[in-house]
Amino acid sequence: MHVPDGFLDAPTSIATGVVAVAGVAVALRGARKELDDRTAPLAGLVATFVFAAQMINFPVAGGTSGHLLGGVLAAVLAGPFTAVLCLSVVLLVQALLMADGGVTALGTNITLMGIVGVVAGWLVFRGLLSVLPRRTSMVAPAAAVAALVSVPTAALAFAALFVIGGTAPVDSGKVLVAMVGWHVVIGIGEAVITALVVGSVVASRPDLVHGARHLLAARELEIRKAVA
Amino acid sequence: MGAGHGHRLFFHGHSAIHRARAHWKLVVLLVFMLTVVATPHHWYAVFGGYALVLVTLILVARVPLLYIARRMVVEVPFVVFALLMPFIATGPRIDVLGVSVSEPGLLAAGGFLAKATLGVVASLTLAATTEPVDVLRGLRTLRMPDQIVSIMSFMIRYLDVVTDELRRMVTGMRSRGCDPRSPRHWPMLARTLGALFIRSYERGERVHLAMLSRGYDGRMP
Repeated sequence: MHVPDGFLDAPTSIATGVVAVAGVAVALRGARKELDDRTAPLAGLVATFVFAAQMINFPVAGGTSGHLLGGVLAAVLAGPFTAVLCLSVVLLVQALLMADGGVTALGTNITLMGIVGVVAGWLVFRGLLSVLPRRTSMVAPAAAVAALVSVPTAALAFAALFVIGGTAPVDSGKVLVAMVGWHVVIGIGEAVITALVVGSVVASRPDLVHGARHLLAARELEIRKAVA
Repeated sequence: MGAGHGHRLFFHGHSAIHRARAHWKLVVLLVFMLTVVATPHHWYAVFGGYALVLVTLILVARVPLLYIARRMVVEVPFVVFALLMPFIATGPRIDVLGVSVSEPGLLAAGGFLAKATLGVVASLTLAATTEPVDVLRGLRTLRMPDQIVSIMSFMIRYLDVVTDELRRMVTGMRSRGCDPRSPRHWPMLARTLGALFIRSYERGERVHLAMLSRGYDGRMP
């Protein structure tokens, strides 16, 4: 879903660039609260992890394949601000060193995948956790729903940008339906993998999962009696 | 490219382009791409000029054109999208080779393809002629916030370590009869990724402790 150069017109690219800069600035302040002075090494390694996770393709439909975007995964594992930061750096490296996503579309890509994807997913995730029973086993299903919502939401934002600043005269309704429909399919893959990965980390190192930390604090030591 | 030296994204060389200061290359890349994006779709000759400038730069840098071409595969999904554009776009329709397509759609697809291709080639030229470390230095000179530059430097430094770790894990999966692509084996894949996250995070903690023990005080030297 990396937007290349020339896909959106210059004003839209610049406007999303401004949004991206503001979003990253907020994320920088927030990440310091999540990670304090460990920000640089930890966010760097989480960004590398997101990059590596994006390398794994999964088949979608009709011979095409999608890959993990990792926004919700990073947000649940490392915290939303760190996730925005990590995704932005991943996109920056991909644009400058791998030509994946245009340099002038970097702001658009950060806004869509970094900010919209992560924020939408994180809101859904926290919203669900606040209504679900306070158990660590609820973290993975909540992450799945969040991932399922976040991918089409980012696609919706892209379709909106395309209607405003697209360079091709395509019927906006068609773009909307095609983008959102296609990304619901990708979102299902994203949801399943996100839930499974989060589940496996929660099972072995729940203290590392940012989205589960407040549940651990509330967990009391219980001594179970053996039945036999 | 010599084994062991440099980065696989970087093409070792000694041309004037390789020697140019990284921050200038970054500024030139951005200005060039903004100009390309702002160029109207129907100025065909101007796009030819842009392409000529890029090819000249690549030749001056003595980077083989095939090296750039091979790395252009990242563009493929959007080429597919551009090829669909003339069929799904609105507007008056014309016949091309007996197929009815939308004229503005065809024009937009052509312009879009030209711009995206120029963008990919320009970025690849930067990547091929600039060491990742110099890109970081250039970004710092251009006043990119310190934190972003340090996160990016950690990412570039550990990119090969972590991707190799993943590659070894996937090789292990395959040798045990798992296919990481198949949804049937997604639970296995997910446990692999979970383990990769824990390893990456713990590596980050170790790096942080190593930095502290060498006198790190929250700022990169």
